[in-house]
Amino acid sequence: MMAAPDGAAIRVHGLTKSFGPVQAVREVGFDVSRGEIFGLVGPDGAGKTTTMRMLAAVLQPDQGEIAVDGVDVAADPERAKLHLSYMPQRFGLYEDLTVGENIFFYAELFGVPRRERAARSEQLLGAAGMLPFRRRLAGQLSGGMKQKLGLVCALIHTPKVLLLDEPTTGVDPVSRRDFWAILYDLRESGVTIVLSTAYMDEAERCSRLALLHAGAVRYCDTPARLKAMMPGALLAIPATDPRGVRDVLAGTPGVLGILLMGDRVHVRVDDAPRRIPELQALLRERGVPQLRIDPAEPGIEDVFVALLGQDRQP
Amino acid sequence: MNIRRLLAMAFKETLQVWRDPRSLAVALLMPVMQMAILGYGVSLDIRHVPLCVYDQENSQASRAVAERFVSSGWFSVSHVISRYSGIARAMDRSECIAAIVIPANFSRTLASTGSAPVQAIFDATDVNTTNIALGYAQGVVAQANAQISAQWDAAHGVHPSQVGTVELDPSVWFNETLDSRYFIIPGVVAVILALVGAQLTSLTISREWERGTMEQLISTPVSALEVMLGKLIPYFVIGLLDAAFCLAAAIFWFKVPFRGNVAALFLTTALFNLVVLGIGYLISVRIRSQLGASQIALMVTMLPTTLLSGYTFPIDQMPAAIRALTYVVYPRYYVTILRGIFLKGSGLADLWAPMLGLSVYAVVIIWLASRAFEKRL
Repeated sequence: MMAAPDGAAIRVHGLTKSFGPVQAVREVGFDVSRGEIFGLVGPDGAGKTTTMRMLAAVLQPDQGEIAVDGVDVAADPERAKLHLSYMPQRFGLYEDLTVGENIFFYAELFGVPRRERAARSEQLLGAAGMLPFRRRLAGQLSGGMKQKLGLVCALIHTPKVLLLDEPTTGVDPVSRRDFWAILYDLRESGVTIVLSTAYMDEAERCSRLALLHAGAVRYCDTPARLKAMMPGALLAIPATDPRGVRDVLAGTPGVLGILLMGDRVHVRVDDAPRRIPELQALLRERGVPQLRIDPAEPGIEDVFVALLGQDRQP
Repeated sequence: MNIRRLLAMAFKETLQVWRDPRSLAVALLMPVMQMAILGYGVSLDIRHVPLCVYDQENSQASRAVAERFVSSGWFSVSHVISRYSGIARAMDRSECIAAIVIPANFSRTLASTGSAPVQAIFDATDVNTTNIALGYAQGVVAQANAQISAQWDAAHGVHPSQVGTVELDPSVWFNETLDSRYFIIPGVVAVILALVGAQLTSLTISREWERGTMEQLISTPVSALEVMLGKLIPYFVIGLLDAAFCLAAAIFWFKVPFRGNVAALFLTTALFNLVVLGIGYLISVRIRSQLGASQIALMVTMLPTTLLSGYTFPIDQMPAAIRALTYVVYPRYYVTILRGIFLKGSGLADLWAPMLGLSVYAVVIIWLASRAFEKRL
């Protein structure tokens, strides 16, 4: 596990939380430095939301320490809340209030100075492409608009730390692009961002990732280094019948893992130069002729599956 | 405590009530409907008791007796019959509650002895109604007796002073016309305020849980106290407006005499409001569904206010154990105070005991409420 550089905005150590007999989060620890976009990645039930809630000081950990911007969250949650902003997974704004009223409400709760409020809400709504919707009830916005409004409300008080729990789930691609543009701007201005995501392309955009599995952090590093950690080499096979390809190659010597990626099949092998001709021969023999088998750059999903799969079957 | 956050909460809550048709109906329509239904519908007076008359003599004197019942206003003749069995049939069909039988020798007996029996029969299925009707009948008969004996005395040359009659001259205070509506309507006001106040506040916290807005709210620096006060302020104002409406309706529409002072009325109403809002809020903190919270609020306010406040069922006539229970029940104090202010013109000094009870209640409830809500999932 890699330690963050000095000046950590968030330090998490030994974080543990159980719900009855279920241990949702086990001994989770990581540091996030100022201006980072830190991603929590993992399958459903890995403990992402529980971890986010404890970071946001809305859920009391059973054990462990969290310091946000130097403030001990367990000891003084209210002071920590002044500088952080949390966007829950489920839309948490008031659907019976308009866009403008929601922004006003959160600005007042965080004590944003009046003069600043107008300018800031203008700027944020502009960046989100939502200026024309000021008077619309939040409940009548599309899914993507709702998430962007959530972000605007979360940013109205210029937080130092931003916590986003699966912020782009169910959001259209255009809104997602707007969303990420705002996040990059924030990073430029020194805001620390922690987000959980189930989208692997989003995970790639993070400066560092923590791979969560069964409540524990398995790996924590930059996307590039995580990819380097992946055992074996990746081959991409464009296929008209990806399932057929998978069925043929499963269990073949030298194949470490197979992942269906739409119209391609990703095959992880121990030794690419040696296995490419072997696999081609095998496919031809079984009547699944493949013109090309290319070495491929692993995506984070490949890495993820490889690393966690390896954990499961050592 | 931060005033800006407090006002922001109050502002948000007001907008939500304004845009929620259900809350708005509870806040504005319910008091009007309840006032009309309870104000008109609940009366302990019984007028026009259906009366069956079996006049076996049908003389001028016997008809005069029946006429007395009718002219009292309490009775109206539903049947005039000529057989005993007619009474049973009319009662079986619930066409009359009372029957009088005037014997065939009525005027003869009256002329010779100065008194004559008249039989009265009551259907006692509904004991309360019967008791009241019986009371009315005795009143009518007593009046008739007085007149008859005066006439008899005059006819037989007995001077009243020689007999030395003792007359009871009842003097009724505070509710001179003995109109039960005057007695009930102040209680109706308490029922409405308890119902509306607790209903509305029972929704405020549970709504945030149910709609999923709570998680984001508790991630802000707003304090539990600011949440509570911010949420209660709009309902406090609504409660006072509803109270003003109900009290005005009581005074100007139902013409309940108002003899006390407005300041005392305002103060106690504000206290009562605090109690019911606090109770609704406590329920809301505990129950995370709006439906469940409003059901419990209904039970916790409706039952004690209607049954144990003395609003319709007199506390003095309750068994000792139940009577003790009424001291634990907050509406008792408010109903006592309201009646005192309305009918007796009592001031705060006269009402110190129930005032103290209500104040203690308000302090305890608000204290509990301020500690109940935790900013945690």
